[in-house]
Amino acid sequence: MSTLDLAAPRSPQRRSARRSNFELYSWLFMRLSGLLLVVLVLGHLFIMNILDGGVHKINFAFVAGRWSSPFWQFWDLSMLWLAQLHGGNGLRTVINDYARKDATRFWLKILLYVSMVLIVSLGTFVIFTFNPNISG
Amino acid sequence: MTATTENPETAAAGSRGSQPPVPPGAITITLRIRRFNPEVDEEPTWQSFEVPALPSDRVLNLLHYVKWYLDGSLTFRRSCAHGICGSDAMRINGVNRLACKVLVKDLLSGGGKATTITMEPIKGLPVHKDLLVDMEPFFEAFRAVKPYLMTTGHEPTRERIQSAADRARFDDTTKCILCACCTTSCPVYWTEGSYFGPAAIVNAHRFIFDSRDEGAEERLDILNDVDGVWRCRTTFNCTDACPRGIQVTKAIQEVKRALLFKRV
Repeated sequence: MSTLDLAAPRSPQRRSARRSNFELYSWLFMRLSGLLLVVLVLGHLFIMNILDGGVHKINFAFVAGRWSSPFWQFWDLSMLWLAQLHGGNGLRTVINDYARKDATRFWLKILLYVSMVLIVSLGTFVIFTFNPNISG
Repeated sequence: MTATTENPETAAAGSRGSQPPVPPGAITITLRIRRFNPEVDEEPTWQSFEVPALPSDRVLNLLHYVKWYLDGSLTFRRSCAHGICGSDAMRINGVNRLACKVLVKDLLSGGGKATTITMEPIKGLPVHKDLLVDMEPFFEAFRAVKPYLMTTGHEPTRERIQSAADRARFDDTTKCILCACCTTSCPVYWTEGSYFGPAAIVNAHRFIFDSRDEGAEERLDILNDVDGVWRCRTTFNCTDACPRGIQVTKAIQEVKRALLFKRV
């Protein structure tokens, strides 16, 4: 008797749920980080571009002065991390929604994660190791 | 009226033949239909038909006119023709509607200009022929959320009673007729067919918020996955498309809230 290539009726075609809350937390993170970023980014833009002569005041000394304070270090650090994770997670959902092939999806995500890690580590490194006493 | 078909010899194949008298007050409507015959065509093509219609006609009547008198090979689903069975969901002028619930008078172009109505199969499901699509992926997602009463313990000897307030919580989502208007209007579903889609979530909602049902946790687990409710981007296409007026996006948000606060 030849075997049929048909799936048995009502056989589950869908992977069973993984019981993971990852999507829930990433959804929640987008809302919360978005709220924080509104304050952080608008505050940053206001200080940099509007207060005290705006963008013309920004030079090496201005940045050195700001980063000598732990408050601004923390401000810039949280802005960097939140913006990277928020934007990266947003791009992850865009890739998930729009990539048509599994291979495309995989490689786009690898590219995304690598760039995220690079930018976050480079930025963090600069904020913590910034040396205002640069010579020559 | 004449059909502007590419091949007039086969145009009337399978149709009823002689056309009925045109009723007084009828206007001529151009029906632009997205056609696809899998045995001949490689790509879907557009075909136009000139059809006499009364403003009080439903769009389904125009399709009947084409099928019965102009081109019997036109293929579409319809069963009750009164907005109950949910068979004739299609894209009418770019939005998902039931052909039996849209009136010609609501689609007339103003200023005495000639009216053209475009008809396409619903998007995101494989097209079998013309306006007929394969509904199986849609029903597979529907079955995956376990849309039936789940209980534990002994069956009660009386009917399972429920207060009016408990019943009201899921009243909206009981109205679903599984026409697929919402799911196939969802941009996420168009590109990612593994997404459960609005209709499946609506039918999960109907049982999750039913006080008599005990399977809420299981269904919430299913919808908590990567293809579940978190894929909803709240574009509201589904709410706009629903011929039953179900607040689909609201139902999806209620499922999200139940997941978020671990409370039904």
